[in-house]
Amino acid sequence: MSADALRIALVGNPNCGKTALFNLLTGGRQKVANYAGVTIERKEGRFLAPSGRLLQILDLPGAYSFDAVSPDEQITRDVLLGNYPGEAAPDLIVCVADATNLRLHLRFVLEVRRLGRPVVLALNMMDAARRRGIEIDVPELSRRLGLPVVETIAVKRGGAQALVERVDGELPVPAPAQADDAASRADLHAQVRELLAATVRMPRRTAELDDAFDRWALHPVFGLVILALVMFLVFQAVYSLGKPMTDLISDGFGWMGAHLAVWLPQGPLRGLLTDGIFTGLGTVLGFLPEILVLFLFILTLEESGYLPRAAFLLDRLMVSVGLTGRSFIPLLSSFACAIPGIMGTRSITDPRDRLATILVAPLMTCSARLPVYALLIGAFIPAHSVVGVFNLQGLVLFALYAAGILGAMAVGWVMKRIRRDQGEHALLMELPSYRLPKARDVGIGLYERGMIFLKRLTGVILALTVLMWALSTFPAPPLGATEPAIDYSFAGHLGHWLAHPFSPIGFNWQMSLALIPAFAARETAVAALATVYAVGGDAGQLAPALAAHVSLASALSLLVWFAYAPQCMSTLAVIKRETGTWRNVVVSFGYQFVMAYAASFLVYHAARTLA
Amino acid sequence: MRLTDLPKGALAVVDRVDDAHADDAIAQRLRDLGFVDGEAVRVVACAPLGADPLLIQIGFTRFALRRAEAARVSVHPEAA
Repeated sequence: MSADALRIALVGNPNCGKTALFNLLTGGRQKVANYAGVTIERKEGRFLAPSGRLLQILDLPGAYSFDAVSPDEQITRDVLLGNYPGEAAPDLIVCVADATNLRLHLRFVLEVRRLGRPVVLALNMMDAARRRGIEIDVPELSRRLGLPVVETIAVKRGGAQALVERVDGELPVPAPAQADDAASRADLHAQVRELLAATVRMPRRTAELDDAFDRWALHPVFGLVILALVMFLVFQAVYSLGKPMTDLISDGFGWMGAHLAVWLPQGPLRGLLTDGIFTGLGTVLGFLPEILVLFLFILTLEESGYLPRAAFLLDRLMVSVGLTGRSFIPLLSSFACAIPGIMGTRSITDPRDRLATILVAPLMTCSARLPVYALLIGAFIPAHSVVGVFNLQGLVLFALYAAGILGAMAVGWVMKRIRRDQGEHALLMELPSYRLPKARDVGIGLYERGMIFLKRLTGVILALTVLMWALSTFPAPPLGATEPAIDYSFAGHLGHWLAHPFSPIGFNWQMSLALIPAFAARETAVAALATVYAVGGDAGQLAPALAAHVSLASALSLLVWFAYAPQCMSTLAVIKRETGTWRNVVVSFGYQFVMAYAASFLVYHAARTLA
Repeated sequence: MRLTDLPKGALAVVDRVDDAHADDAIAQRLRDLGFVDGEAVRVVACAPLGADPLLIQIGFTRFALRRAEAARVSVHPEAA
């Protein structure tokens, strides 16, 4: 037994069941990070083979060909060639192919074989192949390929037994390396046909189940109805499962902070603990339930094969505003919260389309804007009925949601025209067979998303929350102060100062001040306004106070500001984390600031003129 | 004829993929995905807006292709 672990790379076409196989082999023992210098997920796991040897498995991104068209495929190619900085070439390549889709997948197997490295072919989904009546002469396929071939069923316990035994044995003798040029590349299809003719017998081309499902799921009318129903269900779940848990977490930390405070002397330390750290933790961890519920659905839809169908239905619409069909689900998630939305853009392999989606995602009206909208609408918009049926308050809320969507479309449209890369970016999207999602794969995916959020973001967001607390607490008010404490703090000074640039859009200094904590989390704007107007936090007291001090035009301006404003800092932290550069954070913040200011300016002056 | 001219449900056989311009990576990718001489294809579905993209069945696989992508594929109807 050698001291070093055997390094195995898992490769294959997208949708070959490679990740399910990886999960089966490694269980929860996985390390998820990024490849050096890019934000593409690097998943590695290890397990002990029966011989006692340690096997280290790298799950490479799915690829159709070494003639790479996406950063994912480049990484797969470069790692296999041993050209990727910081990644050693694998000792053994396990090439995974879907046994029900060999025409497509065998071509990539042939490309991998030409590398001239030790390769084992894993024929995955053998159970599905048998069910469909596909017969594969495995010994003959192995003989013709000159590679060991094993059968696997990634969705069954023990389904990787044959593979484990094979990789635990002697390294297979590599096929002779071959040059990769256009002529030999064109020849690969002919070889695939020959192999299929000699080793595979199949009764029917596609699964009848897929045909039946797609007839409904992709129907021009029913397809859209089904999509709307699925989305409705997801949102119901986010609000009925995620939201109460979020509130519970926020309240729980508030309660814990308050009880801990009893043991501490009155002073800055107590304030830091209760108002800074515990409130901050409550806010940050409060995102978690919504993120997990959303990803539960996204992962389930992805595993089942429905997600690309949704992208198919809406691609044309999204393209017209500079996005892609695959942008739809991340943008929809952003209506709950932009953080899972932006994290969800990883399913978009094209970097340009992915960045465009990330940049417009914060314009979707997230759930944190609702308390602010509810307060301002309640205080300023009368509950008149319009044309007998509509409620004016409801109409204003609808208009704010519409403003977000229209704004995103406008930004996408403008980006499409000004970006440097005007080339044609392909859709070329495979619609995989429908599958029943496996609890293990969804569970591992959820755990990974949750950990990414907790490990990489909590620190940043918590630090910023504490900073916001410090700004609104220090310096303490002088003895005998008559105004609310926040008025004497840095935030108070900042609010007074901000009132100058914000006065053209109708904000007084109290409103300007409330923007500072709102940057940490939008919903805190309500609490901040309550503090500066020195009234209780509930809308019952705050709404009349606001109505007495703020004009209708200013209130409308503030509403529009919240529809477009560059917020919140958690979102900006995710943009940094998911795109790897501050430049995109600056672009996102900058364009939203300009957009919010311009829109508020227009609304404020229009309202003043009309009033 | 082009793959985009094919009515929904009709069977056809691929002749070749034409480059829309020099170094056409999309055309090359279509060839890599199996759009090569002699492969049978079928238009399975059309998206609701402007019948774009199209869902193409080739071999055991279904690909969503935008019309601009599918227009690169030259086909002839399969002899019945």
